[in-house]
Amino acid sequence: MTKIAVIDYGMGNLHSVSKALEEVATTEEIIVTSDPETIKRADKIVLPGVGAIKDCLEAFSDDLRSVTLELIRDKPTLAICVGMQMLLESSEENGGVKCLNVLDGRIVKIPVSKDIKIPHMGWNKINFLSDHFLWSNIPNNSFFYFVHSYCCLSSSDAISETTHGANLISALGKDNIFAVQFHPEKSQNLGLQLYKNFLDWSV
Amino acid sequence: MTVAKRIIPCLDVDKGRVVKGVNFVNIQDAGDPVEIAKRYDDQGADELTMLDITASNETRETTYKTVESIAGQVFIPLTVGGGVRTTKDIKRLLRSGADKVSINTAAVNNPDFIKEAADKFGSQCIVVAVDAKAADETFSSWEVVTYGGRERTGIDVIEWVNTVKEHGAGEILLTSMDRDGTKEGFDNKLTKAVSSSVSIPIIASGGVGTLQHLVDGIKEGGAEAVLAASIFHFSEFTVQEAKQAMLESGLEVRN
Repeated sequence: MTKIAVIDYGMGNLHSVSKALEEVATTEEIIVTSDPETIKRADKIVLPGVGAIKDCLEAFSDDLRSVTLELIRDKPTLAICVGMQMLLESSEENGGVKCLNVLDGRIVKIPVSKDIKIPHMGWNKINFLSDHFLWSNIPNNSFFYFVHSYCCLSSSDAISETTHGANLISALGKDNIFAVQFHPEKSQNLGLQLYKNFLDWSV
Repeated sequence: MTVAKRIIPCLDVDKGRVVKGVNFVNIQDAGDPVEIAKRYDDQGADELTMLDITASNETRETTYKTVESIAGQVFIPLTVGGGVRTTKDIKRLLRSGADKVSINTAAVNNPDFIKEAADKFGSQCIVVAVDAKAADETFSSWEVVTYGGRERTGIDVIEWVNTVKEHGAGEILLTSMDRDGTKEGFDNKLTKAVSSSVSIPIIASGGVGTLQHLVDGIKEGGAEAVLAASIFHFSEFTVQEAKQAMLESGLEVRN
């Protein structure tokens, strides 16, 4: 049985992520865990994240971090929101923090412009920049649910963008890693479709 | 193109049951919040808000269970409010599956509670509910009220929403207590005054009777989202119809 580990490093609400995965799972086992040994045995990794990035990185303790980094070298990995941001090089949130440097790009404050509200909160369209298995059965320019104040504006790993004043990178992908700024677990049917695609994805 | 304007049906829940006569057809249990939440989800609601109107300590466990059942079956954002007083309350609600928690009286009594909550859980999940009443007959300035409008606080709404934002609230749920229950439409002057003075999203609430009212709340009030209870509860309109009306008036909605 394929084991999907949802990494629980004590930040945020993992309930909705695991419920969404369970909703679309057929034979897969969904495990919410902070135990390095359990994570080691997982076939796929989901890295959620909610709240301030510094707290997330701090809560992501050394042993948990090393086992996760080891696995995300080759196991299919889905990173969500601050989970995505943690995989980039750095973030200017909380006075500037170094991140895990797995994907290309930096996190900056969403540029202020006249007609936008920050946080970027609500449903917005994603515009595909490149094809990906995880976009299966998801039309280009579909709406997904966002809630964030910091963002990535440019990355060589970008695979979709979303306009909120500026063009923000809404998904990144590289080899076995797929990372999204939006919350598929809050994006109704298309969000569930994305989780389904992740379960079906073989790298 | 930017973020779509949101329609948020609100469920008033008392001891685990939806109150205010729900009138859906083909629904087995009209008082069951989970069934109703699913119905709104099917209709294309962008978010749901659940208000625990009793919010007493005795019924708290029921509320957590209700939140858990809704969150397990409905995959759109869920805000829960009513009687949220401590960070422990917030933690329990978030762990039960709420995405955002709405704070009202506790914030007025102690504005630092907003900061404490935002620091601990992130601004994105802290909604401050602001109940406003016109300060005089000119309806050009507003006062924050508590306890369903029974208690005036003397706090100016515009000053208060700025304080709320500075303390880290991620969103404001703005209810006109002059309009609540009247079906005369939002107090768009109030909404406009608030939405143009703070940069965080505003949800307009209180007074919706027609679909045009929803449109006006966004176009005239400058709200990012509109909340309504009774027009959807009594099946006067569906969420789809509301979205259609917004679309026809040129607003961007999720379809």
